Amino acid sequence: MGILEVKNVGKRFGGLQALGDVNLSVKENTVHAIIGPNGAGKSTLLNCLVGKLIPDTGSVMFDGQSVLGRKPFEINQMGISRVFQTPEIFGDLTVLENMLIPCFAKRDGAFSLNAISAVSGQKDMLETAEKMLVEMNMADKRHMHSASLSRGDKRRLEIGMCLSQEPRLLLLDEPTAGMARADTNNTIDLLKEIKEQRDITIAIIEHDMHVVFSLADRITVLAQGTPLVEDDPQNIRGNPKVREAYLGESA
Amino acid sequence: MDAILLQILNGLDKGSAYALIALGLTLIFGTLGVVNFAHGALFMIGAFCAVTLQRVLNFSYEDVDESQKDFLGNALKVKTPYVEAWFGPEFGGAIIDWAVPLAILFAIPIMIAVGFIMERGLIKHFYSRPHADQILVTFGLAIALQEVIKYFYGANPIQTPSPEALSGVANVGALIGMDFVYPVWRIVYFFFSVVIIGAIFSFLQFTTFGMVVRAGMADRETVGLLGININRRFTIMFGIAAAVAGLAGVMYTPINSPNYHMGMDFLVLSFVVVVVGGMGSLPGAVLAGFMLGILESFASMNEIKSIIPGIDQIIIYVVAIIILLTRPRGLMGRKGVMEE
Amino acid sequence: MFGLENKDIRMLLVVAVLTLCAPFILNPFPTDSALAQFNAGYPDLMQRFVIFGIFAVGFNILFGLTGYLSFGHAAFLGVGSYSAVWMFKLLSMNVVPAIVLSVVISGLFALLIGFVSLRRSGIYFSILTLAFAQMSFNLAYSVLTPITNGETGLQLTLDDPRILGVSATADGSIPVTNLFGIEMRSTYEMVVGPWAFQFNAGYYLCALVLLAAFYLSIRIFRSPFGMMLRAVKSNQQRMNYTGLNTKPYTLAAFVISGMYAGLAGGLMASMDPLAGAERMQWTASGEVVLMTILGGAGTLIGPVLGAGFIKYFENIFSKINDQVLHSWFAFMPDGLEDFVVFVVHPFIGKGWHLTLGILFMLVVVFLPGGLVEGGQRIAKWVKTRKGNDDETPGKTTPAE
Repeated sequence: MGILEVKNVGKRFGGLQALGDVNLSVKENTVHAIIGPNGAGKSTLLNCLVGKLIPDTGSVMFDGQSVLGRKPFEINQMGISRVFQTPEIFGDLTVLENMLIPCFAKRDGAFSLNAISAVSGQKDMLETAEKMLVEMNMADKRHMHSASLSRGDKRRLEIGMCLSQEPRLLLLDEPTAGMARADTNNTIDLLKEIKEQRDITIAIIEHDMHVVFSLADRITVLAQGTPLVEDDPQNIRGNPKVREAYLGESA
Repeated sequence: MDAILLQILNGLDKGSAYALIALGLTLIFGTLGVVNFAHGALFMIGAFCAVTLQRVLNFSYEDVDESQKDFLGNALKVKTPYVEAWFGPEFGGAIIDWAVPLAILFAIPIMIAVGFIMERGLIKHFYSRPHADQILVTFGLAIALQEVIKYFYGANPIQTPSPEALSGVANVGALIGMDFVYPVWRIVYFFFSVVIIGAIFSFLQFTTFGMVVRAGMADRETVGLLGININRRFTIMFGIAAAVAGLAGVMYTPINSPNYHMGMDFLVLSFVVVVVGGMGSLPGAVLAGFMLGILESFASMNEIKSIIPGIDQIIIYVVAIIILLTRPRGLMGRKGVMEE
Repeated sequence: MFGLENKDIRMLLVVAVLTLCAPFILNPFPTDSALAQFNAGYPDLMQRFVIFGIFAVGFNILFGLTGYLSFGHAAFLGVGSYSAVWMFKLLSMNVVPAIVLSVVISGLFALLIGFVSLRRSGIYFSILTLAFAQMSFNLAYSVLTPITNGETGLQLTLDDPRILGVSATADGSIPVTNLFGIEMRSTYEMVVGPWAFQFNAGYYLCALVLLAAFYLSIRIFRSPFGMMLRAVKSNQQRMNYTGLNTKPYTLAAFVISGMYAGLAGGLMASMDPLAGAERMQWTASGEVVLMTILGGAGTLIGPVLGAGFIKYFENIFSKINDQVLHSWFAFMPDGLEDFVVFVVHPFIGKGWHLTLGILFMLVVVFLPGGLVEGGQRIAKWVKTRKGNDDETPGKTTPAE
């Protein structure tokens, strides 16, 4: 029984069957990659997991509870954090404030009318945020406007924000898309570190095979809205069906 | 039955004005992506074009007429407009009488020029700024424009009569075997707006220029990629939208004597109309304009007011709120326009 | 001190000094001098400064922090005024219950309007608030006449019950508003040489309320709640995926700023116990938007500066007439003098709104951060110049 169980999920947009009959089981404390050619339904599946879309059929269970019909913020409070393809951070706020917000969200819940006490007085929150900044190697940038960070730093910040909530499942949507090789390698190293040091399950959607094979414990290949195969990385490499549907295309 | 028809007619003239202003607003929004709070001011400037022309035509010189005496026995001073002196009392008088329709010719170049200056001088700098900034800067412009008009024309409404021949009432009911009368000018106004709306739609539908503009409204980037200079065309559309608002104002003067704040009064309602019709939808703006105009006139019937007091004052807003909450994109709004 | 950081305390002190010493600061010219017309230290004008300051500080909590542009905030001010006047009519002439009621009622009203309007964002939100405010304005003018007294406006009469007070004073006139006996209109005039300074009880009440309101707004800005509001403005998507529900945050900001507006309305009625529908019109909502932007939206002190700036110049500009202009430009040759006066004429007197409209456009175009940004730019400029001066000798020293 995995921490995330996707059963018979289907989603249709008008005449287009975006997801056919998806079954997926993500085991706790593993890195599970979902790959597939463009239009295979990877993003649709991800959006069904975080509450942005509601599937027409099937069920999505996280840790024994259904996520369907819940709003994104509720699903996040259950322990699922999401990293976006283009980093979504609070561009008008400083790096430190960016890191503080998930800390407050973790402590105070989805809404708190904590309007009188000053942020600067909340030593424990500041400490947690600072610690995470150090871990992300960004402590020297704490007072920078986060909009002025480099792409790679924005990505680190976003991952750090997600981690500071101590999620049980981290969803990554093509975290290295549009990155230079060096930044991609940095991100891989960061994710490896996270995987080793934390009790965390990671589900990653990725195009870049280098990233997938460096990180994944288990791979699901989606094609035309249905899982083609689910297996270990070494078996995926040799699987002729996958080569034909996906790797063959890029070879 | 008579009463219902009469209310529909009553709603048409206001509805026409709403539709014309809203058409321009949504055209600007759809093409340039700008929320123009100064659009009501354009309507007002149009109205004052009519006022100005009327004043210019009435420029007179004074003459002493020995044949007429006042009660003290002095010769009477007679004012004769230059126009009458030049073209003879008959033809000159007719020109003065037809000042409002003539003002259309006068208003078109002025309004297009005003539109160009506004777009090139101010609004183009705001394409990439947030909508709040666009609202704010055009709001400031609207205040400034209306104050300029107030400075030159004063704060009081200025009577601007329609031509004598079109000023009475017509027995409209007779046409359909019923009996009720309706002011001729309002009928003129309705047909005028139908012509303008028709002209705009056929321009967009049947000319290459219009096709490019429509394509640009739907997908600006792709059209830009084709190597077509979409911005220049959009600027021209701004001029056209300004002219439409201006003409709506010119022709509205006999219905309601223009004053400097008429633009603001209409602006709020026109925005409501645009939002109800759906931001960026031209047919939506026209439909919502007429619909709200007619609803407003029904709500002001005594029978209805006695059931729900005050409904005539708020009907438009109530409808707008209901529609915005149930159909976020308005009646005919396109997907993806102004959602967040 | 007060749970604030040093720089915030400094800012609070600046506002405190400015408001409490306003009768001096705003009356720099001797009463008999020609420049006395530029004095602004009159009770009713000073009251307006601080009341609009409160209004703008509250509006800034919504617009400055969350970025939601409401075009209907005057409705809450109007509701506050009506509530306060009703309290004077029914209960007593003490301003405390009146102000409390106006804050509560406008808060409830804001909760209702905010709940509906905040289901949309962006331009749709602006239009919804505009529609609600215009609706309230129209209703106040027509059907709600029993509550609002329609066009005439709601006023006190000699027949009002005033359960805890008197319907009429001993000499048969309407009693005046007071704070536990201190009459709001009572003014002490201090004459120092040619100067006359007026200290008005009502003004000082307003000033103290402004200080409290400003202090509260500092606390809100610096709190986790304030940070969340800024996060709403910055990225709602990230908010949602960080487990935060944006709706209650925006609604709370809306209600708080509505209560500030109600407070301003209540104070307005406490100073002069009448309320009219025109206070709710959308142009009045536009005015508070102008004040906030002009001062600097999203900054703490901006709205106070903006409100003071607009109200001050509104007063001064409308007092200037051609005669004054001629006296100013008398040093010029006659023809030039007339020309300058002719050019300036449209912008003064009744033309104040023209100046305001143009000024507003200039601010939005060139100084989106308002007066505060302007101040910062000047400070920066001075600093770099100073820096350069310091640097040049520093660089040359080793060479010597």
